[in-house]
Amino acid sequence: MRTVKLTINGKPVIREIEDNRLLVEFLREDQKLTGTKESCGVGVCGACTVLLDGKPISSCLTLAVHADGGAITTIEGIAEGDRLHPLQEAFLAHGGLQCGICTPGQILAAKALLEANPHPTKAEIQHWMMGNLCRCTGYYKIVESIAVAAGAN
Amino acid sequence: MIPFTYLEPSSLDEALTLLAERGADAKLIAGGTGLVNLMKQRLVRPEFVIGLRALKPLCGIVENGGIRIGALATIQALEASAAIRRQAPLLAAACGHVATVRVRSMATLGGAVAHADPNLDTPPALIALDAEIVAHSRRGERKIPADRFFTGYFETVLDPDEIVTEILVPEQPAGSGTAFLKFLPATRDDYATVSVAVRIALSTNGAITDARVALGAAATVPVRAKAVEAALTGKGADEKNFREAADLVREAIDPIADFRGSAEYKRKMAIVHVRRALSQALSEAKKLS
Repeated sequence: MRTVKLTINGKPVIREIEDNRLLVEFLREDQKLTGTKESCGVGVCGACTVLLDGKPISSCLTLAVHADGGAITTIEGIAEGDRLHPLQEAFLAHGGLQCGICTPGQILAAKALLEANPHPTKAEIQHWMMGNLCRCTGYYKIVESIAVAAGAN
Repeated sequence: MIPFTYLEPSSLDEALTLLAERGADAKLIAGGTGLVNLMKQRLVRPEFVIGLRALKPLCGIVENGGIRIGALATIQALEASAAIRRQAPLLAAACGHVATVRVRSMATLGGAVAHADPNLDTPPALIALDAEIVAHSRRGERKIPADRFFTGYFETVLDPDEIVTEILVPEQPAGSGTAFLKFLPATRDDYATVSVAVRIALSTNGAITDARVALGAAATVPVRAKAVEAALTGKGADEKNFREAADLVREAIDPIADFRGSAEYKRKMAIVHVRRALSQALSEAKKLS
């Protein structure tokens, strides 16, 4: 067990964590932040994407102890009260989701993109988002939603 | 996940001491994209996992004629680095081809070489750039040329008490051009069916004075195709010579048949992509001269 100090969605958290705990398990099971999904479990699909110090990571491949000292952002942390994040609004308005399983990861990956590159081209959106798989939308609506959110920047 | 004890040294000295004591039962972890997957699949069951993330001095990218790359520099940091793009665009290109943005933001260059998966994109680039890998232990420091570092599938010349601390990319030859091609017939985030890293240097009259040709996903180790290099050296840089030299890659590699293609298919694709990479490196060399 190790004591880790981090912030999750801006709130300070201090917890004892088992050495072999994965970040996705810590978030979902210990913190009950079940917006983050685990799907492939091998870092390929992107469903478990969260931000660590602003960077998109696979929480299924990250040791929870590696979040010590860091700032984690999950899907639960990006709206401001009842006001959805512009990416959430854009995904809703432009059909960027259907079943929703991949959506938290899509939105967090897109958030990191727009922070690194506020006005990406369509090709830049496709390159960055390539690792977030979606079995419903065919991606067109996801790319469109992100482009719309970027336009509102 | 399998149980293990996590240790997090705060200095390189402390890490080297831990590794000297625990080396045979320990694994080092940097970004974790390689090791965590191996542990999840129970292919590796270390008693101790030693985290290197507190060793901040190993994150640097420093120009010193060539470039000194700290082992903990992430693939994304390398892809974005102005120094790497200017001095070693081959490495920046290879980094841009690595998996997905998540893997690039977690994985490190030191991790990539120590992990020694022959499918990775960065090792062929390091071989083509004549890079050296610096390993530290309590016994001292040694530099290993990238083309002699890899010994087998997930195996390297590293001893159990050694840590990769730096990768040294030397100043590149005048008049040289490079290219990195990753053949990906299925999805963009996949391992290569075959990858090729090439560097050619030209004399003022257009002859090839020096060539480096390295391939990933082509054998149990990243391969340096010396027969191809020898066939190019001293020749004119033209399509006919590129074609003849590229044909020799067939015997230089030993690909396995898998869902990315049969061994024969991969050999043919290696030939095609070596030829294309040579053509691209030639146009890069001309652009720079």
